[in-house]
Amino acid sequence: MIELAVFLPLIGGLIAGIFGVRMGDRAAQLVTVIPMLIAAVLSSYLLWHVGIQGNERTIELFTWIDSGTLEVSWALRVDTLTAVMMFVVNVVSSMVHVYSVGYMAHDPHKPRFMAYLSLFTFFMLALVTADNFVQMFFGWEGVGLMSYLLIGFWFGRPSANAAAIKAFVVNRVGDFGFMLGIFGVFFAFGTLDFDTVFAAVPDVAGRTFNFLSMELDIVTTLCFLLFIGAMGKSAQIGLHTWLPDAMEGPTPVSALIHAATMVTAGVFMVARLSPMFEFAPVALTFVAFIGASTAFFAATIGLTQFDIKRVIAYSTCSQLGYMFFAIGVGAYPAAIFHLMTHAFFKALLFLGAGSVIHGMDDEQDMRKMGGLYPKMRKTAALMWIGSLALAGVGIPLLGIGFAGFYSKDIILESAFAAHTGMGLYAFWAGIAAALMTAFYSWRLLFLTFHGRTRADEHTFDHAHESPMVMIAPLFVLAAGALFSGALAVEYFVGHGMEDFWGSSILMTHNIIEEAHHVPKWVKILPIAVGVVGIVGAWFMYMVKPDWPARVAGAMGPVYRFVFNKWYFDELYDRVFVRPSFVLGRGLWKSGDGAVIDGVGPDGIAAAARDIAARASRLQSGFVYHYAFAMLIGLVVLASWFLFGFFG
Amino acid sequence: MDSFPILSLVTFLPLVGVLFILAARGTEEQVARNARWGALWTSLATFVISLLLWLNFDPTTADFQFVEKIEWLPAFDISYHMGIDGISLFFVILSTFLTPICVLASWRAITVRVKEYMIAFLVLETFMIGTFVALDFLIFYIFFEAVLIPMFIIIGVWGGPRRVYSAFKFFLYTLAGSVLLLAALLALYFEAGTTDIPTLMAFDVPASLQTWLWLAFFASFAVKMPMWPVHTWLPDAHVEAPTAGSVILAGVLLKMGGYGFLRFSLPILPLASEQFVPLIYTLSVIAIIYTSLVALAQEDMKKLIAYSSVAHMGFVTIGIFTATQQGIDGAIFQMLSHGVISAALFLCVGVVYDREHSREIAHYGGLIERMPKFAFVFMVFMLGSIGLPGTSGFVGEFLILLGVFQDNTWVAFFAATGVILGAAYMLYLYRRVIFGKLEKEYLKKIMDLEPREIAIFAPLVALVLWMGIWPDPFLSVFDASVSNLLANYQSALSSVDPLNLAGR
Repeated sequence: MIELAVFLPLIGGLIAGIFGVRMGDRAAQLVTVIPMLIAAVLSSYLLWHVGIQGNERTIELFTWIDSGTLEVSWALRVDTLTAVMMFVVNVVSSMVHVYSVGYMAHDPHKPRFMAYLSLFTFFMLALVTADNFVQMFFGWEGVGLMSYLLIGFWFGRPSANAAAIKAFVVNRVGDFGFMLGIFGVFFAFGTLDFDTVFAAVPDVAGRTFNFLSMELDIVTTLCFLLFIGAMGKSAQIGLHTWLPDAMEGPTPVSALIHAATMVTAGVFMVARLSPMFEFAPVALTFVAFIGASTAFFAATIGLTQFDIKRVIAYSTCSQLGYMFFAIGVGAYPAAIFHLMTHAFFKALLFLGAGSVIHGMDDEQDMRKMGGLYPKMRKTAALMWIGSLALAGVGIPLLGIGFAGFYSKDIILESAFAAHTGMGLYAFWAGIAAALMTAFYSWRLLFLTFHGRTRADEHTFDHAHESPMVMIAPLFVLAAGALFSGALAVEYFVGHGMEDFWGSSILMTHNIIEEAHHVPKWVKILPIAVGVVGIVGAWFMYMVKPDWPARVAGAMGPVYRFVFNKWYFDELYDRVFVRPSFVLGRGLWKSGDGAVIDGVGPDGIAAAARDIAARASRLQSGFVYHYAFAMLIGLVVLASWFLFGFFG
Repeated sequence: MDSFPILSLVTFLPLVGVLFILAARGTEEQVARNARWGALWTSLATFVISLLLWLNFDPTTADFQFVEKIEWLPAFDISYHMGIDGISLFFVILSTFLTPICVLASWRAITVRVKEYMIAFLVLETFMIGTFVALDFLIFYIFFEAVLIPMFIIIGVWGGPRRVYSAFKFFLYTLAGSVLLLAALLALYFEAGTTDIPTLMAFDVPASLQTWLWLAFFASFAVKMPMWPVHTWLPDAHVEAPTAGSVILAGVLLKMGGYGFLRFSLPILPLASEQFVPLIYTLSVIAIIYTSLVALAQEDMKKLIAYSSVAHMGFVTIGIFTATQQGIDGAIFQMLSHGVISAALFLCVGVVYDREHSREIAHYGGLIERMPKFAFVFMVFMLGSIGLPGTSGFVGEFLILLGVFQDNTWVAFFAATGVILGAAYMLYLYRRVIFGKLEKEYLKKIMDLEPREIAIFAPLVALVLWMGIWPDPFLSVFDASVSNLLANYQSALSSVDPLNLAGR
């Protein structure tokens, strides 16, 4: 059954990819959607079977790489952590598959699109079922590849192509760290199997090794390196620049890959490696710092963007930051909990945005929207649900609310309960981000659905609700956004936690338990700032619509700094991209051309020609030249002989 | 099987094909036809027989197998000695595998002097196989150098506009190295009194002599690899060579350098090898970063791939000199994988060159609209080249980096940056050629792959994926030979300086 849940998407994707053009659009859609739906059902069952009944298992398939003491297998390891991920991946993916049937209805390349989606799902499953570092890396790169292909799906657009390359190369920067981390693990542990490594971590902890001529703590260094990989994949500050650009891809892709699944792979990786990170407190502090900073920083940018998808993209970036600082304070279950709820409501928001874009003739700029509520009531209502879940709305002390309410609160409470400097930094950054999250979410809702329309007459008249095939998946996701938090909270972070997670996550210190006992104001504050954010957005965009521009004007440089995304792209372009090209050209023309060839082959050839030319000049044909040369020779020889140079 | 001289059969069978082609009579058209089919059948038969080697190969032993030994110059203790072990087996198969592909790739592209062209390729095949199966240094040297001649002719006669310059550059560069190799060969002969390779491997060369011999070997093998800074012949040679010439050049000829290091430098001169590890590491790291950056700036497809080859060979030299099981396994695997992938990439360039007669990247764009099959094939090899897991490129690169990390983290660090740069230049190339809108008028009628081309690419695609997903059949073959090589290497080092071994 595990095999089916993993390989059905692969089979569907391969069939659609290879025979898609011959079998026709409809057949290609069926051959991918149906296996995906089956896989979703199977993995829901698996979540119950593994998570709640506790039947963990590993299936070995066959040997992959065997070289000396290195042995790596293809395997399917399913414990609770994996089962949760499989559930999230397959459910969201199947909904996105169904949705795409409607969304891509006018696209000429439907089979290719469906094949990519299914193959992506397979690689994601390969990643989460890995029982060793190398298979994880295989899935890791595989999803990166599919992300590249799907971002650049509309290959006629230069911006899409550029975004695709950027996504791949920035991820490779992260992979650079990931790979060094893997090599280091092999160096320190002599194996790349998770179980063997995890068992040996306590012995290795505290020991040092020589890395780049520095004597460093082994486990801490490895965790740092591996985390660089997670930063790339999960778009954390510094390596986040590819994610907003990735919105060039079709919207279902943004929902599946760049919100619900692939970008959470970094979070999953660190949770999977919890037995290592637990022994690397310095690395964990760094994780918390990066997460908290990203949560804050991405939220500020989200306040200022006008592209509906980019707002949600920065929101994703920010929410991933929450997950990371949860991990940073040791609250792995809270991070995975938020990962799941976030997958539902963020996929819902993206697909809802896609529904708007679809109904508005591919318009993405919110400045040209507004007042769409009467035209698309279902989409609007669904987006409201998604936003309420994202903002974490609920009733604090009773503990009833939307999905995000449960998961976000436990994260913030854990950060507070950590009672460390970094924990408090994360807590306050998270509170600030929660305020901004509520603000930009309602800014999005108001600008899109409410007030007077700013769309031109033609577009507005033709704006329409999306077909049922697109709306139905949204209902499923909305159910997740509404109920997944309430249903799962006991298992994920409640009293049943230890039984549920089993051995899949190691926590040396039960931070979740402490988080349940924080002061009341800590529990109330997140929802309070959320309400402030919502009201603020209502005031700014409904009551006084001229205020945002005035605020932006008054803020001047700060606004421009934020609006231009803190100038990361410009900085990287100047520091890395352009110098590489200039350097490459310089090395080619002057290094290879002038120096190596100039001194080497061409130089020697020229010298040989030169000498030959001189030599030939000697052969002038005049007898007295030759006679003179002979005379000189005679003189030299005679003097050599006479003065006894022979010694 | 032991008594049957199968290695000689594989080596010299192509020459039988040459005789047939020479015997062909008739109009020019008929002769060309006969030459093509004759070369194809001969090379296919050679390939099939070489597969028998693999089937009958015993991977549990490090000894040489299928050995043939006939006294040739008994007075000088020089014999006709052939045999293969796990290291050389796949290089033989790589040569026999790529030759029929080259014949097919030249089917239409070569229209003048077809007979001579096919003869050159078959002769080249004999020399390549001979290089990998020879177990006598002199025999090796003869084959190793003889390879230059048909290659020189292929570039110089059927090449592009600057073919003469390139052919001479290629010839002089490699010949300069060869002269030193010959000198080293003679010195070794006078020292050890034999040119028999297995005997030489067991022979203790005095430490003082090792340094000089190693440098002489290095001069020859480094040019062949090619290592930075003696790589500049490669881009020129590739650009001017006909497609099939590039395929063989990148696919097999570059591997002779790596093979030389593995067969001679490491086993015969272990002390000097250990001594020069820093030199190799430095040059290789420079090669990886330098040529990757240069590749980024290229405007000519073949040049770009040629520079990427130099970077990939940089990984190979690092792997060999890590003297770890993973590093050397990875280096051999990377050579095989690169042999397939770079050959395929040059064939991809050949596909569009045959149609448009331009290698300029800017000449193309948006090909995916007219050529989806080609786009797919090119994608697979592009991904292989950037070492995506699941393709053969990953396994080699990963093992090499894993190996060198055990030895020197700085080298691993810098070499791993090649992983980023490699992705950058290949994706950038792919985007400019395949993606984008098809706006250029002359490209609007370009045709997708025809059946002959699909027949060429299908086995290559299959091989890249097979080697990436299930590399075990390959790795297990060279396992025993590599561990034996390493055991000898380490014991040679420890006999001189026990501390040295502990340090590794």
